[in-house]
Amino acid sequence: MTNDSYDKPMPEPTPDSAPYWAGLQQHKLLLQKCAGCGRIRHYPRPMCDACYSTDVTWVEAAGRGKVHSWTITHHAFVPGFRDELPYVLATVDLEEGVRMNAQLRGADPVSLRIGLPVRVDYERAREGLTLPILRAEG
Amino acid sequence: MSLREVGAVTGVGETAYSRDSGRSVLALQLEASLNAIRDAGLDPKDIDGIIPYAGAVVAEDFVTNFGIPDLRFSATTPLGGASCVAGIQAALAAIKAGICRHVLLPIGRNGSSGGRIGMRVQQMPQFRVVGEFEMPLGAIAPAQLYAPMARRHMELYGTTSRQLGEIAVSTRGNAILHGNAMMTRPMTIDDHQASRMISDPLRLLDCSLESDGGAAIVVSGAEYARDLRKRPVYVTGIAEGHPDSPSAITQRPDMTRLGLAKAAPKAFAMAGVTPADIDVAEIYDCFTYIVLCQLEDIGFCKKGEGGPFVESGAIRLGGKLPINTHGGLLSQAHVVGMNHVVELVRQLRGEAGPVQVTDAEIGLVTGYGDMGDGSVAIMRGG
Ligand SMILES: [Zn+2]
Repeated sequence: MTNDSYDKPMPEPTPDSAPYWAGLQQHKLLLQKCAGCGRIRHYPRPMCDACYSTDVTWVEAAGRGKVHSWTITHHAFVPGFRDELPYVLATVDLEEGVRMNAQLRGADPVSLRIGLPVRVDYERAREGLTLPILRAEG
Repeated sequence: MSLREVGAVTGVGETAYSRDSGRSVLALQLEASLNAIRDAGLDPKDIDGIIPYAGAVVAEDFVTNFGIPDLRFSATTPLGGASCVAGIQAALAAIKAGICRHVLLPIGRNGSSGGRIGMRVQQMPQFRVVGEFEMPLGAIAPAQLYAPMARRHMELYGTTSRQLGEIAVSTRGNAILHGNAMMTRPMTIDDHQASRMISDPLRLLDCSLESDGGAAIVVSGAEYARDLRKRPVYVTGIAEGHPDSPSAITQRPDMTRLGLAKAAPKAFAMAGVTPADIDVAEIYDCFTYIVLCQLEDIGFCKKGEGGPFVESGAIRLGGKLPINTHGGLLSQAHVVGMNHVVELVRQLRGEAGPVQVTDAEIGLVTGYGDMGDGSVAIMRGG
């Protein structure tokens, strides 16, 4: 732990997920693709539940998707998010067939609906940590 | 052999519920356990199986404090809020195997004085996946993780916040009648609608309490249950169910179905009854929406019809299906649903006092935990 003022939960990458986090640093959303059967999966994990292979390649997602559901958070459960309230957390169906979750920025809450097109963007959270964010398309 | 011949709940016990007991989790659990053991007419040294809630307290603590001479079985069922009812299943399995006779299932927490529930999840292994991939984004507390399930239900089926409010309001009314409950002031739908938004669509009054307290039950083999102090309450159907993508709601194919949807048909088949036969139900209520979704997943109404179902008054005392007659986690106390089991047993014994459901013979209790694990037991008075 560093001694800085970042007071939000930090990810602890594992050997299974390190390429995902490294990809975000380069503004790429990388997904695991099973080397055994070709299935794409998310979140990163050791094994394909279809063929049990542990071999993966990493593919870059197109970064486009549609809103599956969302919540608008009005309460800061840790102090680090207080200045961002209220914020939208959107669950999104990516074109690749898996889902992701991220803060949706700049969307009018009344415009939120299932199917709303969004694109993935990136935001530097702190030294060594880039997080995905979402923006409404168009 | 039907499940009814395997075992029964023979004793139930609780502590008083409060915001700050100033007592250790172990002390709370020992008090509740002693109450449950004495309710059964047993002595603590008769206990030969223990299923503690995974966490601060272990079976050895009970061996030490009760002087149990020969503990033959101990296990935990780590399903979060579904643990208590899943623990009954584990107890019956151990009894059926001939390992033990009287299994104690204790729970207790100081949720108010011992650290807030919403913050503790980050340290729990079952939250490891969301801990790495979602909490850094700001999706930290259960309210935030579960809210998208409720939002999607609303978008697909037209479910409203007022309908969720009916669950909070009716539960509060039961708590006030019941007596041993933390919340004692009446609530109206307007109060619910005016309560502050926590994580849309979940308002403050959609969320359960932080509590100090303990609750416990004793499950006994059927041949030992008959001659105890109270009428046994037989478990006639029981099951646990884990949803698809159990560790991340985000990746779940159908966000509006919980693990309970897999468990409920098995429990009904085992008991040989249908949802229409249930006289009273205690439904795990960490959040109002979770109650609504479970009512559908059990089959009390169709998927998507939970809103109109609760709005009709069905779940109130005197309604078609009274639920959470003790006030639940929303208004009695958050002791992870063991209070739901305690209340169901009292209902089926006819001991529920001012909240007694008339002629309650067959009842149902659920658990819900972590990211959607479910458990359900169907019980019948002896
Ligand atoms: Zn594969």
